[in-house]
Amino acid sequence: MSALTPSELDKVRSILGREPTEAEDGIFTVMWSEHCSYKSSRLHLRKLPTKGTRVLVGPGENAGIIDIGGDYAIAFKIESHNHPSFIEPFQGAATGVGGILRDIFTMGARPIAVLDALRFGPLDDPACGDRNRRILEGVVGGISHYGNCFGVPTVGGECVFEPCYNGNPLVNVFALGVFRKDEIFYGKASGVGNPVIYVGAKTGRDGIHGASMASAEFTEESKQKRPNVQVGDPFLEKLLLEACLEAMRTGAIVGIQDMGAAGLTCSTCEMGSRAGTGVEIDLSLVPQRETGMTPYEIMLSESQERMLLVAEAGREEEVFAVFRKWGLDAVTIGRVTGDGKLRVKNHGAVVAEIPNRELADEAPVYDRPHNAAPYRPAPVEAPEIPPSRDLTGDLIALLGSGDLCSKRWIWQQYDYTVRTNTLVGPGGDAAIVRIKETGTSIAMSLDGNSRYSVLSPREGAKLLVAECCRNLSTVGARPVAATNNLNFGNPERPEIMAQLVESIEGLGEACRFFETPITGGNVSLYNETLGEAIWPTPVLGIVGLMKTAAPVTIPFKGEARTVMLLGGLGSTDEARFGGTQYAKVVLSKIWGLPPALDMDYEKRVQAAIRDVVNSDLAESSHDVGDGGLAVALAECASGGIGAAIEIKTDLRPELALFHEGPSRVLISTIQPEAVEKIAREHGVVCERIGVTMKERLRIDNHSATWVDSPVVRLREVWENALEGLLAPAHV
Amino acid sequence: MRIGVVVFPGSNCDHDAWYALSHNLGRHAEFIWHDSASLGNVDAVVLPGGFAYGDYLRCGAIAKFSPVMKAVRKFAEDGGLVLGICNGFQILVESGLLPGALIRNRGLKFVCSDVTLRVETADSPFTAAASQRQLLRMPVAHGEGCYFADDRTLDMLEAEDRVALRYLDNPNGSLRDIAGILSERRNVMGMMPHPERAADALLGSCDGRLILESLVQSFVGSMQSNAA
Repeated sequence: MSALTPSELDKVRSILGREPTEAEDGIFTVMWSEHCSYKSSRLHLRKLPTKGTRVLVGPGENAGIIDIGGDYAIAFKIESHNHPSFIEPFQGAATGVGGILRDIFTMGARPIAVLDALRFGPLDDPACGDRNRRILEGVVGGISHYGNCFGVPTVGGECVFEPCYNGNPLVNVFALGVFRKDEIFYGKASGVGNPVIYVGAKTGRDGIHGASMASAEFTEESKQKRPNVQVGDPFLEKLLLEACLEAMRTGAIVGIQDMGAAGLTCSTCEMGSRAGTGVEIDLSLVPQRETGMTPYEIMLSESQERMLLVAEAGREEEVFAVFRKWGLDAVTIGRVTGDGKLRVKNHGAVVAEIPNRELADEAPVYDRPHNAAPYRPAPVEAPEIPPSRDLTGDLIALLGSGDLCSKRWIWQQYDYTVRTNTLVGPGGDAAIVRIKETGTSIAMSLDGNSRYSVLSPREGAKLLVAECCRNLSTVGARPVAATNNLNFGNPERPEIMAQLVESIEGLGEACRFFETPITGGNVSLYNETLGEAIWPTPVLGIVGLMKTAAPVTIPFKGEARTVMLLGGLGSTDEARFGGTQYAKVVLSKIWGLPPALDMDYEKRVQAAIRDVVNSDLAESSHDVGDGGLAVALAECASGGIGAAIEIKTDLRPELALFHEGPSRVLISTIQPEAVEKIAREHGVVCERIGVTMKERLRIDNHSATWVDSPVVRLREVWENALEGLLAPAHV
Repeated sequence: MRIGVVVFPGSNCDHDAWYALSHNLGRHAEFIWHDSASLGNVDAVVLPGGFAYGDYLRCGAIAKFSPVMKAVRKFAEDGGLVLGICNGFQILVESGLLPGALIRNRGLKFVCSDVTLRVETADSPFTAAASQRQLLRMPVAHGEGCYFADDRTLDMLEAEDRVALRYLDNPNGSLRDIAGILSERRNVMGMMPHPERAADALLGSCDGRLILESLVQSFVGSMQSNAA
């Protein structure tokens, strides 16, 4: 029984000119799955900007590549492993890390940083809290297990909780690697007659249909899909990394691609398609760890830690010698041919014969209906916002909430200092790793805000680009390129498809404006369980470049410094307050619209903060983001030094303290005039709002005291909240 | 002076140790592959951090059988300087070059953080450049770093002044806050924290250099006294 739709099956018949065999049917099914073919999103992804002066490789390869100057380049990409992480959190997340790392080193780059964007249901959810806590612990354990052993630092990320992720947690992993510009490898099977070589782990039955599982909704039966989740071995991957990079240096490798989703099927036909060649393999030569596997199973296995490479004919031994040294299997399983076909044999008998190009690139493209209003489970009208009785208490509630509290419990399990490049690790506005060879550092920001996106997918996406670029600018880095992970529900529903289309258009518009082309990414659809879709969750990773220097970080560094708000207090109204953390945590509501964004002003604020930071004028620097000004100030005080703040506003206190308007950065400085001069040059507001002081955080407006607390109390709540939320799992 | 950094399959701090020695300290450092039966003519050996042989069975349990460890054992018996960092410490303990064991952290979770260490003795080739009771700040990153031994062994280590480093903020439950110990002849040291990750001011601390500098100075010093 084919999993292809009747029209897809017709297309297969016309390509082959006959009925497909069982193996061929399986091959088409995985290659034309949503996960591998992007058939619902491809039409719209074309709207994204992908070109720029620094872009060496854009979408379509295993990872995007950016020129960072000085003969060096970086490769980076983000991938989701959402479905497997729900079914088996530890291995699902671990193999998510493994998969994206292979995407990076298959291009010849050595991975130097990983970041993760995680979404779970609330840890204190009355119905699902237990399961959510287990999933979080499993996912974090899996990332820790794989990344730490492999030896790549996990330097940042984010973790957010909403009920819509109760049945659909999200695990999006970003990885970045570095290499010389003249050492880039591509997934191309060039040169007729060249040997096709299989390296790495043996093939087993694990992960069969993983790609198609990730292309369907969850139902009650999904729990039975556990055998579909692959099992990772980070030690083997570490050996594979070293062996591949060493083998690449022999000069004998023509093309190389990892076996990820759809395993041997995807790597063979994609490598052939990119080079315009055919690939012929014999499955009886594939190293197998189980007996009696059928051709269908071998072709569709998603066993981890495997690569396919094409070597120059006659130089196989040079490649084999390297893999032998590292104790890895490397065998020739076939040849590159000139007929453009993927020909799969088993003990000499042909079991599948499909034109590569049609299989890899001619998957159906669907223009799914999206002529509906985006699904929006929130009212437009603002409710009555009651006057707060205790603003300090509200701040403490926000600092202790899952989204805003310190994620130390999570990132302390990740080795973020290995490779001795980490200038800023987890917990900063942006992570920074240095490139030892060039004196350049790479800043990375990974973000997503589904509260904004569910209120307006288009505005939410633009805010997301602005936020990522602002995070980078806050540490002094210039944003240069992006990768995106689009996590959505079932695209066959027009109101979900409308979310996807508007998000992509918003991303496209903002990425064009901020000059951060998208060099690749991932689309994860069908994130629905029992008909309940997640909120639209585009996750964006943006990389920025900066000179290697001592970083400017969030905490205030000393007393009696001037605290300044670059960009100004911003404005808001009650409708624009409905997507804030205050609305979520204090009022338990969501309504209205996301904060208003003026992209032009935002760009000027970013240019100004970069100048301030790079002129060494800021002792501390922090983007005002989720939770608004009061939460940002409390985070600046996390090092023990507080501040006396006086804001002068006519806004009501809840809005003034907690609105999340963009285009604002908090700094502390001993040279306020110089900062003001830079702000003026960029045409942005810069207000002196207070002075740092010992031990307390006080926020006044005119003569009224709004917030007053010892810093240590704020910090205790913020530092310990996550552990508290997880504690019930251990009783 | 030539310092050898052993590379096991799964070592992942080998390059960091090499970089700190060669770039931060300006010394000659070279890699030694795990199936090499000889250490060449190095003057000191570093066993770096990582997950040698995947840390399968137990941390360091397979590494101790690798050919290079036979050479390391001989080198240590002849009085050569051997520094084991993190996984290297685990391998030294498994190999019997240092007493005790390293078991899973108290919280049963991997811990990556900066810790403060107190130098308990400056009377060793690995701490001579520091002063006794000096505080050093450097990262730890391990899942199995809880130092464990019976009371007799612990008493002996203390009586013989062989506890080189202690945690002020014990991150893993190590008995008596032990972070690093010396062999009986004081020429072998194992430590869980990473001095090579604190050898560059940009990374937040240079305190790890004191450990690496000690190693270098002790060797150079011993050469000079031999010559005299």
